[in-house]
Amino acid sequence: MKLPGMHAQGVRRGQALKAVAEGLTAQDASAGLEEKYEAVIGIETHVQLNTATKAFCRCRSQYGAEPNTNVCPVCMGLPGALPVLNARVLESAVKLGLALHCTIAPRSKFDRKQYFYPDLPKGYQISQFDIPVAQSGWVEVDLPVEFGGGRRRFGVTRAHLEEDAGKSVHGGGGRLSGSGFSQVDLNRAGVPLIEIVSDPDMRTGLEAAEYGAEIQRIVRYLGISNGNMAEGSMRCDVNVSVRPRGRERFGTKVEIKNMNSFSAMQRAIDFEIARQSALLEAGKDGEIVLETRLWEEGAQRTISMRVKEGLADYRYFPEPDLPEIELTADYLEDVRASLPELPDEKRRRYAAAGLSMQDVLVLANNSDVAAYFERVLGAGADIKAAANWMMGDITKYCKAEKILITDVAMAPETLAELIALIGDGTISGKIGKEILPDLLKEGGGAKQLVEKKGLLQISDDSAVEALVDEVLAAHPKELELFRGGKKKLQGFFTGQVMKKSGGRVNPALMQKVLAAKLNGQ
Amino acid sequence: MAQRPQLLKKCLEAQPVFQKRCRAMATSASNADVTTGSIKQLQGDLRSGARSAVEVAKEYLERVAKTEPSVRSFLHVAEESALEQAAAIDRAIEGGKALGPLAGVPIGVKDNICTKGLPSTGGSRILENFTPPYDATAIARLKAAGAVIIGKMNCDEFGMGSSTENSGYHITANPWDLTRVPGGSSGGSAAGVAAGQVMASLGSDTGGSIRQPASFCGVVGLKPTYGLVSRYGLMAYASSLDCIGPLANSVEDAAIVLGAMAGHDEADSTSEKQKVPDYTANLRPASELDSRPLAGVRLGLISETMGEGVDPGVVTAIQAAAAHYEQLGAVVEEVSLPSFRQGLPAYYVLAPSEASSNLSRYDGVRYGLRVEGDELTSMYGKTRDQGFGAEVKRRILMGTYALSAGYYDAFYKRAQQVRTLIQRDFQSVLSKYDALLSPTVPTTAYQIGEKTEDPLSMYVGDIMTVNVNLAGLPALVVPCGLDQGLPVGLQLVGPAFGEAELLRLGHVFEQTNSTWRNADLPELVVAR
Repeated sequence: MKLPGMHAQGVRRGQALKAVAEGLTAQDASAGLEEKYEAVIGIETHVQLNTATKAFCRCRSQYGAEPNTNVCPVCMGLPGALPVLNARVLESAVKLGLALHCTIAPRSKFDRKQYFYPDLPKGYQISQFDIPVAQSGWVEVDLPVEFGGGRRRFGVTRAHLEEDAGKSVHGGGGRLSGSGFSQVDLNRAGVPLIEIVSDPDMRTGLEAAEYGAEIQRIVRYLGISNGNMAEGSMRCDVNVSVRPRGRERFGTKVEIKNMNSFSAMQRAIDFEIARQSALLEAGKDGEIVLETRLWEEGAQRTISMRVKEGLADYRYFPEPDLPEIELTADYLEDVRASLPELPDEKRRRYAAAGLSMQDVLVLANNSDVAAYFERVLGAGADIKAAANWMMGDITKYCKAEKILITDVAMAPETLAELIALIGDGTISGKIGKEILPDLLKEGGGAKQLVEKKGLLQISDDSAVEALVDEVLAAHPKELELFRGGKKKLQGFFTGQVMKKSGGRVNPALMQKVLAAKLNGQ
Repeated sequence: MAQRPQLLKKCLEAQPVFQKRCRAMATSASNADVTTGSIKQLQGDLRSGARSAVEVAKEYLERVAKTEPSVRSFLHVAEESALEQAAAIDRAIEGGKALGPLAGVPIGVKDNICTKGLPSTGGSRILENFTPPYDATAIARLKAAGAVIIGKMNCDEFGMGSSTENSGYHITANPWDLTRVPGGSSGGSAAGVAAGQVMASLGSDTGGSIRQPASFCGVVGLKPTYGLVSRYGLMAYASSLDCIGPLANSVEDAAIVLGAMAGHDEADSTSEKQKVPDYTANLRPASELDSRPLAGVRLGLISETMGEGVDPGVVTAIQAAAAHYEQLGAVVEEVSLPSFRQGLPAYYVLAPSEASSNLSRYDGVRYGLRVEGDELTSMYGKTRDQGFGAEVKRRILMGTYALSAGYYDAFYKRAQQVRTLIQRDFQSVLSKYDALLSPTVPTTAYQIGEKTEDPLSMYVGDIMTVNVNLAGLPALVVPCGLDQGLPVGLQLVGPAFGEAELLRLGHVFEQTNSTWRNADLPELVVAR
């Protein structure tokens, strides 16, 4: 099981600050800057939907196919071809809008966003301008315990539908400069996207990363996207500005792109905050300009890609080829009823059941882990016992084997069975721990394995008495010492009986019998 | 523009000695040169075995070969595939299979409508070598109905123009007077029908592009209700206004062609789910009509279309048509559409705005013309500079300007408001009248080259047609007379999806209008 290791990266913030200080100014940039300045962060997230076909045609929406094989007159922008909205795409957008607590527009529309680029076949992107499907929502996240924890609500300005562009491939490597030719792959052209625009509510890289991670969890819980950042199915563009604390007006914002993980996002933002804070502190406000910067993973820094000269004019106007989208109250209710439990709801439920926030975050935040855990609970297991197993031995095993929860052979129902066997005294907790690796590796039933290995707990009075008698008979010296007042030796006898039974003796019963016998009854 | 005088000279050289000939609209099929006759007659001939589809196709192709040097209505003559399609019809007849309503009917298709395997340029050099891998839905339906595609008809580039002089390839002449324009943008489609090169044709109408050339060339033209005929495969000019419709020798033929292609299409989200009626059901021949066949019908003559700026000869012809309707039993009253004059400026904001967007796809990247440049923007610039003609560039610039940040509200948004106003005016008037009457164009066909230097004067010619597109309504143009030897078309505007009644009104008019039956069409074939 891969635990969210991203938070460990948070400590690098100090390093970023240091790098900035060394690179940009001679002064000690880290001293007091965080107290003095505050960052304002907003995020635009593009989520690629996992519908079988594209947004406006019947081509397959498939990652990794041979270039230009999933194309047709519509997504190639041939003369006379017209778009037709994929109903699934709309449904996904409504689901996401509801999950983000947005207001869903009963009437919305598509607009054309116009610009020329070779991978944009029609010379415009079908998008939504002034009336998005969803607006004015929020997400709530629980910050990691190791960073002080706490709950935050971040506003969602809007979520709208649009189509993806194709992919430009530049001859002689991925870069445009210096390549002798460029090729265009239109497989991705027309693949449905949802763009989610946050309010400028985040203040740190950690908060921004948590916001992004929560969006990822939500789309995965909803099953509308795989949310994979490395493949580009989820892309986050971040706007960062810094201002002196207490000032209301925003500073000049800088856009950061090219982060392919949440940990990279957090580091990029923290680097950028430190860079801008240092510039402000040095009185070089003018060097913070409206620009797009790229995160360089290797160098752990942002570099300027292009300075924005005025606002681009996309000449938006209503898409005349598509009728307005009308959503009835019935339709919205149907979609709402179909929503699964969302990550935050799950976290609240686990917390209410008495789990620690640490456990809650691990168990609820990864959809695979959560799905496994839910099945364990569904098979009747006690939530705390189940959480202990998940957080303890199972996590340890997965880490050691470098596998994910989805890779273990043990069915979640088997864990529930194991917990029940311990609970009803069929086996001891110790035996349970012993057989767990076998179950995780080989699968099969817990009771079956216990029986096969002859590990059933000895709970029969006479059998336990016989065991105790044997041990006492074998250690007359220790028995004498015990009866002479060295009561500490009870632990020794306990160990001996346990050893003799191969760990199978019922500990409570054994303690009772042992105590009686030791005390001469 | 430098080539124009030469073309004009060519046209004049090709102009034959005018021979007066009785133009028999729907009666004679015997003349060897002028291939006429109705679709129904042709169907009868094919079924009875009097003629084969291949013979018919050959007749028309021969006629094309003879007349094309003077009319030049085609951009591509599809001889081979036409004969193949005709042969397939003949095989179907031999095999006793059921025939579609257009079996063997020779049809011309405006070049901005995509035809699988046949060049489709939209009259633009930027698509000079473009052959679509698919049929427009309208074409697929015509083919399924048995139509034989004779070829692709010339038009103003991407439908932008009113004279077909904006074709990137050549000028088409008006068969009534070869020194005059056939109108546009569906000029080739109208001239082809008038010259007997095809039995019917498809045009497209964004601001009058079917009706105006129908009027200039003396043929029937129908602009259907927006959404009745699928736009899939029609090269978009202004998507919210574009309509495909038929041009034909008679109302009945137009009704048959419309019926074959109308109806919902999943591939066009703006196509309506209305059930398509049999448009010929209420079309009765003159012999079956009583003396007042239109008793109870109320017609409104749009007063704004009968005054200043309209040729007196056109006004006279329309007044005569109105009087004729009264004789047929209809009540004709003058009506006013207060928003009438605002339509033209609104149209010339909205249509170019949409055009500026729709034509962005012609960028030299995937298909069509590409002129290499040192870098991307210069490739775009050179390709579009060489590929597009002056009028298309003008409209792209106008539209780009109108949609720019800061201007959107003053132009595009305001024009949309005017559009709503015009729709309301039509709605209110059409609640009192079955149809509205007006001229189609303020003039008859003008001389080639007469208006090319002054685009505004050409735009003004669209004043009577654009409002109908803005309102999305159907309109039928029926020839109603001559003004100094040139045809005048009567425009009938009806309520949305009121095509059947419009066609009935047009048909009764046509069946009873003796002045038109004796109209003279010049002989087009150069004397041998």
